[in-house]
Amino acid sequence: MQAGIVMFPGTNRERDMALALQRATGRKPAMLWHRDTELPAGTDLVVLPGGFSYGDYLRCGAMAAQSPIMRAIHDFAGRGGHVLGVCNGFQMLVEAGLLPGALLRNASLRFLSMDCHLRVERTDTAYTCRFQRGQVFRSTMAHGDGNYFADAATLDRLEGEGLVALRYATASGEVTEAANRNGSARNIAGILSPNLRVLGLMPHPENQVDPLIDGTDGLPLFEGLAEALAAA
Amino acid sequence: MRAKVTVMPKAGVLDPQGKAIGHALAGLGFAGVGEVRAGKVIELELAETDPVKARAEAEAMARRLLANTVIESFSVTLD
Repeated sequence: MQAGIVMFPGTNRERDMALALQRATGRKPAMLWHRDTELPAGTDLVVLPGGFSYGDYLRCGAMAAQSPIMRAIHDFAGRGGHVLGVCNGFQMLVEAGLLPGALLRNASLRFLSMDCHLRVERTDTAYTCRFQRGQVFRSTMAHGDGNYFADAATLDRLEGEGLVALRYATASGEVTEAANRNGSARNIAGILSPNLRVLGLMPHPENQVDPLIDGTDGLPLFEGLAEALAAA
Repeated sequence: MRAKVTVMPKAGVLDPQGKAIGHALAGLGFAGVGEVRAGKVIELELAETDPVKARAEAEAMARRLLANTVIESFSVTLD
């Protein structure tokens, strides 16, 4: 699998993402620049990593969503390419219209930097195929604007079509208000596009890929991608 | 021509910032403040001199970038 990680001014999680992908695939991802107008030939996965692109000016991800490479990413996604957006990358995906909804300021108004637990809602995707349905894994959140919002009709559609990939839950898998620290609608932590190939999530699974540094709870996501896209 | 784009959170969208400002005002002893909503104002200097065209231009900018119409509404005034 050949992955490409896009960097914007203010991106700061690209190296963790590169390590996670390399660990899972044995291959160094290409580092791409926001001003690039096309993706390298043979790209199987585009990753929009976390950070504070353009200083979060106007709205988180709003500027990045208008950058030259996003046009190429739109085309790539339109051709059925896999696109993963983490944290600021998720914010870019909703701002770019590749996923529905928006990410509001955390309900507490606080920047949340803490562990969270995520319940896997479906496993027939490249991102979640190495998990069990209902499995809970530990991850980390580090964001000020992760409060997922969409109107009721959009939320119902997401639920109806099974496009909610991950929900904030307790360690034992209960979806509770207390586990939903940022106030997201219906505890939504990550959503998929209708073709299941675009995933946006606020937490950072790339934080947990090394047994020596905070464990490997996030590794199945990257291993699943490597496996699912190996043939691609 | 100057255009002023006012961007506000849509009715029904949680506005924790507005809420926090409301709490702070109450803490300062300002009684009788109901709901508080916080938004932003963006001033644009436009080369366009025709007000109808200038407004249309500012509205297009608001829809494309200045506002996220999933969560925000906007209004344009010219002067």
